[in-house]
Amino acid sequence: MPTDQSIDTPSQTLDSVVIRFCGDSGDGMQLTGGQFTDTSALFGNDFATFPDFPAEIRAPKGTTFGVSGFQIHFSSESIFTPGDRVNAMVAMNPAGLKVNLVDVEPGGIIIVNEDEFTKGNLSKCGYLDGYNPLEDEEIANKYNLVKVPMSRLTKESLADSGMGAKDVNRCRNMFALGIVYWLYERPIDQTKEYLTKKFAEKKGLPEVAKINIQALQAGYYFGETAEVFPSRYRVPPAKQEAGVYRQISGNEATVLGLVTASQKASKPILYASYPITPASSVIHGLSHLKRFGIKTIQSEDEIAAICTAIGASFTGDIGVTGTSGPGLALKGEAMGLALMLELPLVIVNVQRAGPATGLPTKTEQADLLQAMYGRHCESPVIVLAPRSPSDCFNMAIEAVRLSVKYMTPVIYLSDGYIANGAEPWKVPDVSSIPEIHITHPTAADAGENGFMPYARDPETLSRPWAIPGTPGLEHRVGSLEKDAESGNVSYDPDNHDMMVRLRAEKIERVAQSIPLLEVDGDSSGDVLVLGWGGTYGSITTAIQQVRANGHKVSSAHLQYLNPFPSNTEEALRSFKKVIIPEINLGQLSMLIRSKYLIETVGINIVKGQPFKVETLVERITEVIES
Amino acid sequence: MSTIETTDTNLPVYTPKDFTTDQDVRWCPGCGDYAALAAVRKALPGMGTKKENFVFVSGIGCAARFPYYVDTYGMHSIHGRALAVATGVKCANPEFQVCVVSGDGDLLSIGGNHTIHTMRRNVDITIMLLNNKIYGLTKGQYSPTSETGKISPTSPAGSIDYPINPIAIAVATGCTFIARSLDVDMKAMDTIYKRGMAHKGTAFIEVYQDCNIFNHKAWFYASQKETMSDSTIKVEHGKPLIFGADSEKGIRFNNGHPEVVAIGKNGVSEADLIVHDETDMFLANMYAQMSYPEFPEPMGILHADPTKPTYNELLYQQLDEAKAKSDQPDLQALVTGNESWVVR
Repeated sequence: MPTDQSIDTPSQTLDSVVIRFCGDSGDGMQLTGGQFTDTSALFGNDFATFPDFPAEIRAPKGTTFGVSGFQIHFSSESIFTPGDRVNAMVAMNPAGLKVNLVDVEPGGIIIVNEDEFTKGNLSKCGYLDGYNPLEDEEIANKYNLVKVPMSRLTKESLADSGMGAKDVNRCRNMFALGIVYWLYERPIDQTKEYLTKKFAEKKGLPEVAKINIQALQAGYYFGETAEVFPSRYRVPPAKQEAGVYRQISGNEATVLGLVTASQKASKPILYASYPITPASSVIHGLSHLKRFGIKTIQSEDEIAAICTAIGASFTGDIGVTGTSGPGLALKGEAMGLALMLELPLVIVNVQRAGPATGLPTKTEQADLLQAMYGRHCESPVIVLAPRSPSDCFNMAIEAVRLSVKYMTPVIYLSDGYIANGAEPWKVPDVSSIPEIHITHPTAADAGENGFMPYARDPETLSRPWAIPGTPGLEHRVGSLEKDAESGNVSYDPDNHDMMVRLRAEKIERVAQSIPLLEVDGDSSGDVLVLGWGGTYGSITTAIQQVRANGHKVSSAHLQYLNPFPSNTEEALRSFKKVIIPEINLGQLSMLIRSKYLIETVGINIVKGQPFKVETLVERITEVIES
Repeated sequence: MSTIETTDTNLPVYTPKDFTTDQDVRWCPGCGDYAALAAVRKALPGMGTKKENFVFVSGIGCAARFPYYVDTYGMHSIHGRALAVATGVKCANPEFQVCVVSGDGDLLSIGGNHTIHTMRRNVDITIMLLNNKIYGLTKGQYSPTSETGKISPTSPAGSIDYPINPIAIAVATGCTFIARSLDVDMKAMDTIYKRGMAHKGTAFIEVYQDCNIFNHKAWFYASQKETMSDSTIKVEHGKPLIFGADSEKGIRFNNGHPEVVAIGKNGVSEADLIVHDETDMFLANMYAQMSYPEFPEPMGILHADPTKPTYNELLYQQLDEAKAKSDQPDLQALVTGNESWVVR
């Protein structure tokens, strides 16, 4: 049984480490990275992960476009990002090395499966004939390159297993994980349990579990005995607030937030969706929660999905649909219908890089203007954006709360980065989460002239949510403009003008129900960095570094994009310069400028990747010093 | 799953007037939609369903104004999407009688996808397709059911589209109730609509409807006394396929192919004719391919199979099974997950 005490190898203590596992998309890198994450979570580190995989499920083996990667940043300090520079990389094949080498810090550890660096594989990923990076002196000098014949060692360690070559080969990732566990002094028990559960218990393949565990142990022992590493590394547990913690990704948190909102509102959620990356795992998650009364429907297309959600809301369920940018575009007309009908509706949009099919598995923040204006005519809706994986939980509840309170569609702008990335999360006490109060009128609420479906609450301007099955309140709603009270079709010009203004005013009033914008640091000064949505982690980390470098800078992060918190203008005007980093060409900048006539300085990088902290630090510092 | 309480003794005695709103009907005088509206208002009181438990949903087009004129819960949605909305209504509360009324452009062109998939899933919705073979509200363009060569504002040289066959589409999707009627045949409309509403599963009713402004007389061959007995055939479950002014013609199989025969001639008797069996999808398939003038066009309930479980039933069955397995689902346990850890 391996232990944390190595006999000979000295150990260094580090605050933080960034590891990237990479290989072919069939090499099991996501599973390997996930296991390292689980183990580090239980070990007590703070962490942030970044799975980065191709859209193709099994791209041609050994090619650069088939490379799948999983990055984890784990630390004894509080961290907010998966890290810019990789300290240690495991490359299972030449393509993985070729694609990822650029991100490894000079002096960083690179562990490669040297058996895969064959002539054929080298040429598959486009290395020139006769070139082998493992023989490149420049690489050998620049990095701490550790060549391990993983395929052969895995095979040898499983020689007596009686299993076929295919099964044996598939254990190479566990061999690699074993090495890394040894190198970073991690216990392997968690992964052993996982493998037993996954293969032996769930799939009924105890022999597969056994060889995976053997390979894992063999890798661990290899680290211990091969003496190829001059040192082991220890990253002590982080100091965290006491409580129960779990690991959570953004899409998982969205699922949990929606279920919690449904329970708090005592209302079923009907979630209708068409599969689309990176939003699909939301419907996957919800479809397992029927015991909570969650109905899921896999619709025939994006438009059907939103319309089915609208039908459900009309009937008294909370209609929710989920998609990514291209699907949001398809839902545009129906969003107009929902806001015309003034029914609750939550539209989850997990943004991805585009336009068109774009980079479906990569992240971007470029649907903000689509969320704001991607509908015909005057059609404001509430727009929210969670700022981190765990924040998806809170903001999903907020989306439901505001949607039913104001009887209006809410667009919830997550993104591929926080949707798939994971972090530790202090599990909330669900009983402390406030109830969501919903009332449906009955015949007794109808006035002298009968029921008025468009009579408004004087405070929120929302209309009553009368649902079918209520005797005496039979009424028709429709996409045609309607009379301000009765809801009957009205072509009256003044009525239309009033209705357009009422619908806009209703959304403006949402500002009364949302928190103020908080400024981190001094509330006035020279420079404020304003972000929104999923970039919170990178911006926060960058701000910490800029301050550590001796600069004075404040920051604020918007989770409510429409309407903005009511103090937004005041907060921004308290600074001479407002810097807005976004993963688009300046969409929030455009909104801020047009609404407040405040000049902004954009930091706009659109690479399908989350911001690198060092880039932000550099660019923010440039503006401060200019 | 709950079902409609058809034996509710508290059910008020309704008349068609109870299902009439105060809104002025805005269809053109003489429009076939009036007949369909009258048939629906007449049928609703006898359905054994409380007024507040009906939901009418429509898309866009002349026919789609329908919900405004029926005093139940209703939604006039957007172009082509009525069935997707109706699916949401039915799945949110399967107790409601959900009915979609729309036209050929709405249900077969822009909304064709939803028509296919609603029928495929067998969502318990009654669909009334008011087919006038033209776009009325947008002023006379050819529709997906218009005949090839149709002269219209967008096809001044004649449409080069081949028309879609609504009944064949219904058959292809495995629709569990397929019927066809004429707008002017009030008696048949009443029977078919009531059966369709009572049917458990998707009921697809095609109505030959006259647009007297943009496509007047498109169905005259089937709707006029002089020709209808030769151009249409009323099918009745368990009865042979007989038509003609004097019931002198019938349809039999000849080497697997239907053929029109004269009864009593060349040794042909009623016993040789095809007997309509509404449970038989093969016959429905045949009806879908019968068009005038080669054949009379079949009218009535072409197919009805109430045995196939509906989508909404299966949805609730799965919900109920999941709830039965864990009668007190624990939200805190769900949020905490299986792999939590404690920091002290």
